Amino acid sequence: MSDRAYIATRKGLFEAYRTHEAWLLDRQHFLGDPVSMLLPDRRDGTLYAALHLGHFGAKLHRRDAGSSEWVEVAAPAFPEKPAGSSDPIEWKVRMIWSLAAGGPDQPGVLWAGTLPGGLFRSDDRGDSWQLVDGLWNAPERAQWMGGGYDVPGIHSICVDPRDSRSVLVGVSCGGAWLTEDGGASWSLRAKGMVASYMPPELQQSEAIQDPHRIVRCAGQPDKLWCQHHNGIWRSVDNGALWTEVKPAAPVSNFGFVTAVHPQDGETAWFVPAEADSKRIPPQGSLAVTRTSDGGAHFTAWRGGLPHAHCYDLVYRHGLAVSDDGQILLMGSTTGGAWVSEDGGGQWQTISTHLPPIYAVAFA
Amino acid sequence: MTVPQVETRAADLRSALDACFADHPRLRGYVLDEQGHLRENVVIFIDGQRARDARLLDDALAPQSQVYILQALSGG
Repeated sequence: MSDRAYIATRKGLFEAYRTHEAWLLDRQHFLGDPVSMLLPDRRDGTLYAALHLGHFGAKLHRRDAGSSEWVEVAAPAFPEKPAGSSDPIEWKVRMIWSLAAGGPDQPGVLWAGTLPGGLFRSDDRGDSWQLVDGLWNAPERAQWMGGGYDVPGIHSICVDPRDSRSVLVGVSCGGAWLTEDGGASWSLRAKGMVASYMPPELQQSEAIQDPHRIVRCAGQPDKLWCQHHNGIWRSVDNGALWTEVKPAAPVSNFGFVTAVHPQDGETAWFVPAEADSKRIPPQGSLAVTRTSDGGAHFTAWRGGLPHAHCYDLVYRHGLAVSDDGQILLMGSTTGGAWVSEDGGGQWQTISTHLPPIYAVAFA
Repeated sequence: MTVPQVETRAADLRSALDACFADHPRLRGYVLDEQGHLRENVVIFIDGQRARDARLLDDALAPQSQVYILQALSGG
């Protein structure tokens, strides 16, 4: 059972741990610094923390298993932009928005997704990084656009546990992309998604979709879930075709985050928000919705969550599930952190006054 | 990171920065982005005058010039 977790916030990285009675906040790291992403690497126990320093840019720190010391390692960085390039995007890493470990057969391999839309690979635990040219040079990148930020960004990196060379990434707004050769070549993988914010002739274009978050079921890797800007989609064939969940999930089918049960690809969680311009919990009441039958039915749960004058949003990386699918950890934009030990039915408050929460993960 | 003080005979700002980064390689990514431009929220003063061009960083330096690299005021 998971008994320790990490909470990345605008003002530092916080640990939480489980006692017999409750989950409590524990040690803090990088206090005062924005921590945009974190990665507990299950392969070797390393913890990675990506900083988003207001003055000094994106940085990456690494803490080895059993150590209390952080070491600053290299941060992903673009190569020099070619003279005469017509690319309107500046080749500058603004923020590390996603981190993922390579497969168990690839010790030391890490993936990082950034704003503005760069995917980077490290083969040496972050000591050095290489831009994944195959995706960055895809002609369709010219169609990508900002969603949530001024520039496009890669927020989801789903390594296939059956084959570490197969990686699916999600881009806001640039659809979903799959490589099956370790990153050398890429193809769009967003067929079936519909972007109703676009002109009619472009709504089914794969390269402009806004999947807010994509997650893969570890035990059933062909099953993917997507909280999209315009609803909830799922795929049962590794993203070859996405199907919209209908009828729409209760409360709202808009939101940012989704999490999938690590063994049961039919079970997924969402945190509904009001679409589209207000971006608050519907009726000022926080809920978590769950399906356990592939989206045919949903249950909305509110037990233990604030139900009046609540304006907490849960962003793309603000919901984590333990390996056994029983414990959920959720963190909000206004510093609320809650944990559920029964798969989302009942929630305990860890804190309601943390800094804005960017990402949560179990150790 | 401790902030070093460096003396250099460099005749322009970028050469002076390069001389500093040669001894403190980690510092480069804190002051400049990967395209070699001054980071948006970092500011450089030369003898009381703000550096002219954050991309070129080609201000001339006199032998006695003093260069300060500062965090611009921003954020909350």
